[in-house]
Amino acid sequence: MDKFTTLTGIAAPMPLVNIDTDMIIPKQFLKTIKRTGLGVNLFDEMRYDREGNEIADFVLNQPAWRDAEILVAGDNFGCGSSREHAPWALLDFGIRCVISTSFADIFYNNCFKNGILPVVLPQDAIDHLMDDARKGANARITVDLDAQTVTAADGTAFSFDVDPFKKHCLLNGLDDIGLTLEKAAAIDSYEATAAQARPWV
Amino acid sequence: MTGGKTLYDKIWDAHVVHEAEDGTCLLYIDRHLVHEVTSPQAFEGLRMAGRTVRAPDKTIAVPDHNVPTTAGRENPENMTEDSRIQMAALDTNARDFGIHYYPVSDVRQGIVHIVGPEQGWTLPGMTVVCGDSHTATHGAFGALAHGIGTSEVEHVLATQTLIQKKSKNMKVEITGKLPPGVTAKDITLSVIGATGTAGGTGHVIEYCGEAIRELSMEGRMTVCNMAIEGGARAGLIAPDEKTFAYVKGRPHAPKGAAWEAALAWWKTLKSDDDAHWDKVVTLKAEDIAPVVTWGTSPEDVLPITGTVPAAESFSGGKVGAAQRSLDYMGLTPGMKLTDIRIDAVFIGSCTNGRIEDLRAAAEVLKGRKLAPGVRGIVVPGSGLVRAQAEEEGLAQVFTDAGFEWRLAGCSMCLGMNPDQLAPEERCASTSNRNFEGRQGYKGRTHLMSPAMAAAAAVTGHLTDVRDLVAETV
Ligand code: SF4
Repeated sequence: MDKFTTLTGIAAPMPLVNIDTDMIIPKQFLKTIKRTGLGVNLFDEMRYDREGNEIADFVLNQPAWRDAEILVAGDNFGCGSSREHAPWALLDFGIRCVISTSFADIFYNNCFKNGILPVVLPQDAIDHLMDDARKGANARITVDLDAQTVTAADGTAFSFDVDPFKKHCLLNGLDDIGLTLEKAAAIDSYEATAAQARPWV
Repeated sequence: MTGGKTLYDKIWDAHVVHEAEDGTCLLYIDRHLVHEVTSPQAFEGLRMAGRTVRAPDKTIAVPDHNVPTTAGRENPENMTEDSRIQMAALDTNARDFGIHYYPVSDVRQGIVHIVGPEQGWTLPGMTVVCGDSHTATHGAFGALAHGIGTSEVEHVLATQTLIQKKSKNMKVEITGKLPPGVTAKDITLSVIGATGTAGGTGHVIEYCGEAIRELSMEGRMTVCNMAIEGGARAGLIAPDEKTFAYVKGRPHAPKGAAWEAALAWWKTLKSDDDAHWDKVVTLKAEDIAPVVTWGTSPEDVLPITGTVPAAESFSGGKVGAAQRSLDYMGLTPGMKLTDIRIDAVFIGSCTNGRIEDLRAAAEVLKGRKLAPGVRGIVVPGSGLVRAQAEEEGLAQVFTDAGFEWRLAGCSMCLGMNPDQLAPEERCASTSNRNFEGRQGYKGRTHLMSPAMAAAAAVTGHLTDVRDLVAETV
């Protein structure tokens, strides 16, 4: 997993609420057995018409946001399925950070496992950043994970909360499994105790 | 002691392997269910790192999302290229790592959330995970069950644990008795209508109250299934005599002395009277009507007696979302919901693909036919549900009415395989998601109960099943 430290980039405005995982990556692209290559199909049904031509007014098809690395989105981003293809597709497109007032639980967790930082900010901060996002490259946004701030183009900084463990893993690009396997002895002893207490499991 | 514990607290506490200072826990996982779509990359990861499956005995694999539901599917030639690749990958992974496996050729194959309870893999007080958000279904047994992403699938395969922070406790109480014609699906949709799709975010919901107690295990699974649509991490219902009766004698349920020991523990699995709740929602069962969704979010719920709302009747970001929904769904504000004509009916999914659901639909369809121009498919949730429905004569009712009688799988719930809606085709569906494109590109989904879907099938438009049933009395 790639580390995430700081990022200054173009943000794409997506004010729609409840952007769900079927919108992020429709199910016809879940048939892959790989993690990569999904970026071209990110937001597929909003981005292309039936013949596969780009829909000109979709934000990521407009020249100003083709290189967006940040999304500023409406409430409850990533609701719906557990498909990790959603963060894989975002990452493959080049999105490293999504900012919203709220995220669906599973999507939020999945982001951290893939080097994407999801940032929760209050509505007024989102409004401010959405205005920046609408200006494309004229108003780049800076995200600093270590300092836990998002800084708008005019220098206004917004602080956000992040779980310390998730932050640590993301800052250092750490693999969860490796960390957990260091606790193998604790798992062994839990299993031994549980086998006594609940042998039917 | 400071206050009592909720059911969630109790199950959680029984599964903590390690707790870090900041409260991050390593939680032990009792059952890991695996399907073909969200697991290939996880097994690939294991192989690349030279790791093994820690507890193959607690790991169960079944293909469901992408399996064809038409005859002859055991033959890979009859699958699309990518279905074939995913199916072959699951097959190899299940055999290489020695996990329990129900391939399509096995009569026990079906939707993972139907197979788990059916085979007795899901038991009260367990932690159950699957790379699928509707894992919440298993909460009906008083098991802590939730969906995980593929990285977490890999983590559970390798360590049989999950890194978790505890969620908050939310109580959803449904008081009183349900009126006739109102079902578990109407309860669960009404709760989402009341709380919104983010209403449960950060919480585990425990459903309780008389109306929940009165539900069968099938109905309880329907309720918990959609906890995720309300944004919750999981849904739970405390186990009781109905739960124990359902579980008893299932192939993987405990037997003899083990059964007695299990039962003794299971009976302690309920929230204490003085437990702390972070959020409480109460609905009166008498106020719940048969409902349908009109939009493209499961929170877009209205009683069937209602009319299509105007976008301006909402506030904030929902105005734009509602307008987008109306455009997508091709609906005009003010029109009666019962005037919405449909093209297709889908009966199935892990929400409503169990025997009780098929009985409810068949009850309405008996002696009736699909309205002209409407196509219908029934996809049983498992091979065993299918066999039972055939034995009870339900399959005959469906085929007599003009429905296609399919093999078990997810099918048109998510339309990964060829079971899809055509653009602008409108479907009365017993599934759980009405997202844009969910059942097929530009397809239009209205969620409802099996009885309501059957009523719509007969009339060709959304219909209050109570009117249809009244007609025949
Ligand atoms: S039936 Fe639908 S909701 Fe259930 S597991 Fe399958 S795709 Fe998911």
